[in-house]
Amino acid sequence: MNEFALLYRDTVEARQQRMGSPEKAQQEMAKWQAWFKDMTEKGQLKTLGQPLELAGKVIGGKKKTITDGPFSETKDIIGGYSVIVANDLDEAARIGSGCPILDSGGQVEVRPVRQM
Amino acid sequence: MDAQALEEHLFRREAGRLVSILTGLFGIQNLALAEDVVQDAFCRALETWKFHGVPENPSAWLLTTARNRAFDVLRRERTASKYAPDLEQFLTSEWTMRPVIDEAFDAGGINDVQLRMMFSCIHPKLPEETQLALVLHLLCGFAIEETAAAFLKKRGALERKLSRAKRTLATSTELFELKGARDVAARLPAVLRVIYLLFNEGYHGASPDAPIRRELCGEAMRLVELLLSNPLTASPATHALAALMYFLAARLSSRLDSEGHLLLLVDQDRTRWDADLIAEGRRQMELSASGDELTPYHIEAAIAERHAAAKGLNDTDWAGIVSLYTTLMRLRPSPVVALNRAVAIAQRDGPARGLAEIEAMPERKRLAKYPFFFTAIGEFQLRLGRRAAARQAFETALGLARNPAERQFLGGRVHGCGDLSCNTAVPEERS
Repeated sequence: MNEFALLYRDTVEARQQRMGSPEKAQQEMAKWQAWFKDMTEKGQLKTLGQPLELAGKVIGGKKKTITDGPFSETKDIIGGYSVIVANDLDEAARIGSGCPILDSGGQVEVRPVRQM
Repeated sequence: MDAQALEEHLFRREAGRLVSILTGLFGIQNLALAEDVVQDAFCRALETWKFHGVPENPSAWLLTTARNRAFDVLRRERTASKYAPDLEQFLTSEWTMRPVIDEAFDAGGINDVQLRMMFSCIHPKLPEETQLALVLHLLCGFAIEETAAAFLKKRGALERKLSRAKRTLATSTELFELKGARDVAARLPAVLRVIYLLFNEGYHGASPDAPIRRELCGEAMRLVELLLSNPLTASPATHALAALMYFLAARLSSRLDSEGHLLLLVDQDRTRWDADLIAEGRRQMELSASGDELTPYHIEAAIAERHAAAKGLNDTDWAGIVSLYTTLMRLRPSPVVALNRAVAIAQRDGPARGLAEIEAMPERKRLAKYPFFFTAIGEFQLRLGRRAAARQAFETALGLARNPAERQFLGGRVHGCGDLSCNTAVPEERS
């Protein structure tokens, strides 16, 4: 079995849309809980991962310029990540396609974790 | 991971509480700021709970998060913005800010601040319909589109109406003060009226896809319980309204059969009526019997109680119900009350008398679009053996049906005209 990182990518608009009302937010959360539970039961989840704060800084260039970010230039935000186990990239992508973020304008990036 | 499921509508209910608390702190002119802070607290909850699971006490978690955000906002903006006047001096210093914020979030005051918000929403300059939408939006945490859906309104129009209403609220600097007994008593009838309308919308609502929307009834009951939690707002009329709502709520689940079809009072399985809710209704009715004020809520509750007390149509106290409707016609006359009185008279004295009552109703034209007006006529005609006239009345009613459940029910009545075992339709009392 190999490990894959699922990166939950989102846009500011999609996020606002999804959080548009308390009721929607609660339904969204229930979907995530169900999805994580499903992966756990199937033994696919290696690490649940962590949510990432939206506020942050971006450091760039030889001068190590620090700017407010991370979405000052791109509207694409990584809202969190998980690590799953799967036989291959295709299976990992199939697992990732169950992610609720896809229902509301987000994306899931599936990246094999390079083993030492 | 903790897979604990969240209580249904928890976010929505907490949103209503938190907006009230924060508005109490920031002042009503900063309502938008309060709403932003609440939205932010929910974003945080969602992002964190998704990964870490729901905490043991989600309400406390949200409260703490909102409190921390309130600190941040006040630190950042305390010199730039105006807050609630009586708090302003405390909020300008870091040292005095903390106790004020802690007090605002103290559990003891949370009911009262929601009551203050409720009374603020029932602003005398706003039309009743807007007051109702504001209450659902601000106190019950319904988003604008959910509020629009609840009242079958267009989202855009309601959004404009609500933002105008919020500007009206912002002409005051503070939430309504609960301290003056006279001010509270003066506005309480309008508050009760709005809660009554909210409950009715859920119970009888003309929604195209659902004849009963429990959620709205549940919200109305939560609001009336808030009123009961403070001695100033727990008037005999409030107890009477609570009694009415408990009695009606007791039979909510029996109003639809297993396939979601609408059942009239006569066809309902009374063993499914909720005995605990009926008992609570009776308790509230006793509490409503003090003072010298007799409100329509007292009468409607008494009528609902008579139905709850009967095992079936035959041992229902129709004479008592007729006289209660007569009193209700005096206190708050309406064509629907007159119709319900006619139906009760038909039960007491036979269908011919019921029909005569309907024909004598001065305002019967106002019921020209009310399907149960024609349903009642159809039932009376049927019981008099005039099948053709009955069928015609049911067909008219069917043409006016407002949702699939009503259509299904009235279609059945049209087809049933060959069958004389049909029971008399008793529309549930609605006024």
